[in-house]
Amino acid sequence: MKFTTRFSTQRLALGGILLASLALVGSISAPMPAAAQDSPSTKGEVISADFGIPQVRFTNEQVRSVWTDYKLSPSPAATDGEWCRRVFLDIIGRIPSVDEANAFINDKDANKKLKLVNSLLNDDKYIEEYARNWTTNWTNILIGRAGGTEDNTLTSREGMQKYLRDSFARNKPYDTMVTELVTATGTNSPGAPNFNGAVNFLTMKLEEDGAQATAQTARIFLGKQVQCTQCHNHPFNEWKQRKFWEFNAFFRQTKALRTFVAGTRDVASVELINQDFAGEGGNPEEAELYYELRNGLMKVAYPVFIDDTEISKSGYLSDVNRRNELAKLIVNSPEMDQAIVNRMWAHFLGYGFTKPIDDTGPHNPPSHPALLEYLGKEFRANSFNLKELIRWITLSEAYGLSSRGTPGNKLDDPLLGESPKFTHFYLRQLRAEELYESLLVATQAHKTRGSYEEQEKAKREWLGQFVVAFGTDELDEATTFNGTIPQALMMFNGDLIKQATSIDKGSFLAQVASSPMRPAEKINYLFMAAVQRKPTSYELDVANKLLAARKSDAAAALQDMWWAVLNSNEFIMNH
Amino acid sequence: MFTPQGMSRRHFMTHLAGASAMTIPALTMGHSIRTHASELKKNGKAAILLWMSGGPASIDIWDLKPGATTGGPFRPIRTSGDAEISEHMPEMAKQMHNMAIVRSMSTREADHGRGRYYMHTGYVPNPNIEHPSYGSVLAHELIDQRPHLEIPPFVSVGGGSVGPGFLGMAWAPFVVSSNGQVRNLQMGMDEGRLMQRMYALSLIEKGFVAENRGAAASDHAKILDKTLALMTSKQMDAFKVAQEPQEIRDAYGNTNFGRGCLMARRLVETGVPFVEVDLGGWDTHSGNFTALQNTKLPELDKAMAALTADLEARGLLQDTAIIWMGEFGRTPRINGNAGRDHWARSWSVVLGGAGMKGGIAVGKTNADGTSVETEPYTSQDVMASVCKALGISLETTFTSRNGRPMKIANGGKVIKELFA
Repeated sequence: MKFTTRFSTQRLALGGILLASLALVGSISAPMPAAAQDSPSTKGEVISADFGIPQVRFTNEQVRSVWTDYKLSPSPAATDGEWCRRVFLDIIGRIPSVDEANAFINDKDANKKLKLVNSLLNDDKYIEEYARNWTTNWTNILIGRAGGTEDNTLTSREGMQKYLRDSFARNKPYDTMVTELVTATGTNSPGAPNFNGAVNFLTMKLEEDGAQATAQTARIFLGKQVQCTQCHNHPFNEWKQRKFWEFNAFFRQTKALRTFVAGTRDVASVELINQDFAGEGGNPEEAELYYELRNGLMKVAYPVFIDDTEISKSGYLSDVNRRNELAKLIVNSPEMDQAIVNRMWAHFLGYGFTKPIDDTGPHNPPSHPALLEYLGKEFRANSFNLKELIRWITLSEAYGLSSRGTPGNKLDDPLLGESPKFTHFYLRQLRAEELYESLLVATQAHKTRGSYEEQEKAKREWLGQFVVAFGTDELDEATTFNGTIPQALMMFNGDLIKQATSIDKGSFLAQVASSPMRPAEKINYLFMAAVQRKPTSYELDVANKLLAARKSDAAAALQDMWWAVLNSNEFIMNH
Repeated sequence: MFTPQGMSRRHFMTHLAGASAMTIPALTMGHSIRTHASELKKNGKAAILLWMSGGPASIDIWDLKPGATTGGPFRPIRTSGDAEISEHMPEMAKQMHNMAIVRSMSTREADHGRGRYYMHTGYVPNPNIEHPSYGSVLAHELIDQRPHLEIPPFVSVGGGSVGPGFLGMAWAPFVVSSNGQVRNLQMGMDEGRLMQRMYALSLIEKGFVAENRGAAASDHAKILDKTLALMTSKQMDAFKVAQEPQEIRDAYGNTNFGRGCLMARRLVETGVPFVEVDLGGWDTHSGNFTALQNTKLPELDKAMAALTADLEARGLLQDTAIIWMGEFGRTPRINGNAGRDHWARSWSVVLGGAGMKGGIAVGKTNADGTSVETEPYTSQDVMASVCKALGISLETTFTSRNGRPMKIANGGKVIKELFA
């Protein structure tokens, strides 16, 4: 679609005025007018406060030192509206409402960012959404988007979510969560006797002697890829086949017992239990397992951790519970600290310190090694408190930068194959779940939702259209959501959009239309609700033309504009 | 359907340009504004990839080892070509004069994710660059032969493909399910009004793109363009396999894969240059032989044979390459669960159509199938051969986002027996 260059220029200039007016309100993150971005005098002078938090200070120093090394300059700070949108999306999984965004933008307190982060993390009114967001993230990490929807599945998605929701609502320390997930026993479905939702991480990963339990535990909690070593030596790192089977030996006391629906072969529930492991050599006191090298040679393995720590070889539970020992070894390892720091950094900044975040080791060195190590140690020293880690990352300078690139950081583009330097915020698609929740909030539909279970069910049905499960032993899957034609079709014509743009009595648009706001204020309101900024004069102009086209039917014209805003790249991206 | 009765595409585009009551500049829609043509260019080349997700035991399908300890229970049968294949592929046996088996595939990736990536791109996964899948590359190269195509040039039926990498989202596979239903296609509003909305939307989009926020912002505008073209195109009928006569549908089989293959033929007929059809369930670590005999092979056999025969009968086979492959093969050794595990060192793929020589087996494995005894072939070699068949120069070079030149097929060599 072609536009005159005149248009682009004007929008930039208007953007500058808009941003400047925001700066007058007293933001500490006063953005530079867009038009001044090319001026050399603005380079590298934005000094961000560290809010008196040493971890934020160290993070800023480390990120800056890489800018210096590579002769890069950071983009200006994001606008208050952009930053507010970002932090809502990343911490509680949805965009802010108009009131929430305005409250932040109009706040004159120099510490308003700190205040907002603390509020999102700790205020009672956000706890449910905080828990929901991190439950969504971790459900996808632990069992995937398709987990629990397979034919005759051994996973209870509800059970997994119940466990996670409870854990995040109570801000359970991360080491406790890891221990509970790795060592869980009990039944997977809510309501069944001896229910423990944490078992759902492993219930479906015990086939083939627990190959997936091995691979996924190492990948998720230690950032180590070991699955390729299962059949042959991994071509790219020093982990050998032996290490895989030694790690695998920790899961050999674990069994998933199925209960069937009476008279059928349908799985009703699954109980994860520990039992004595007799060993493949028939000696439970030294319970070994065998594996075959590519050359056909058979080898023996006992439980040994990645740092070569050995535990008792006995297969008797009365001597040693192998998964309990594994959990202790994991939570005492620096690999766990760095794996979660790397994962959380990638969650907020779009890229981690390694790519991918869960394949670390000498073969894949991190971009900011000192920072990764430091944050890992600080996370441990702060009682594995995920909320502290979130505070340090979201209050860092890098997280607060604009997504607008500048000539001084043009080379910092991970799409070019460079390691990320975090000189600007990297534009990214909202995840499907974020888009869903944001649409509800933008249209205030979240106020009249059903029970938590009903909400999750409706969301899951909607998400199902974008998930492709490959049906392999790796339980891998893909999403067809990000930036595709099916996504665009959904946003053009889907039921969710039809509801969001409804002008029926009582709908969001009907309320806006009948409110006492002046016409331009109504358009302002829609832009604030979706993209947390005011419309440009061009956008107001087109709104007027739509009003004329709709023959002065204000609600219908608002509907057109609202549809356009919700379909825009600016709405569907985190920027 | 999704446009009012009698509404032609041209009529729609008139609305697009005028946008009725509003005085706004005309929108141009790139290639999609070209007038509708009922006939596609006769020599348009195409390819259909039959993707066997999970890694099929090619030793039990295309390269049997009767009598060897690794051979398993299946017997070979004669075919209409020179090569023998599994007894559980009787329909394909009648089509093998059109197909060549490459029995000397030897690759290194025996993990699903890595194997899927490698066999789809010709590259091993690299954290710093995303390579485009063959589907994206071929669609990109063949699109100029299809000036009237209004629907996406790369369709993946059932998912499972690899993305467009550095070519950008405009070359991403359009993923549909095999029932032919494309969700959310109904516009549900007057098209003049939709055009007005599109105008407002494009204003917002353009403003955001102009702020230099990265490739994702501008890619989205291209996707909107393609989506609009697709929503208003009669060519979307190609997805509707239910429109086929019953006997044709029966020939392909009442299975997802059968419907997917039939959709592939309809899409190729309509001018789509690359279609991938997914058939999963090959990850047979246990119960390999019962799974193959009872479900996988009957489903594959019927659909693949019907597709080959149908393309030939319609005169399309001479311009359409068929590629059958998965991530890797499976171990000649049969494990304790009557299964076969991942194995990349010696396995088979099948190629045919678009002028490639049929009826032959290329290359050889040893007596128990554990190694190849002739020149080994790779993912790149398969791609190079398909490129040659489709008339695409192997000197074609892409530039990745960081400016690195990358040759099509990553330096693969043409499998010469296919063109003897």
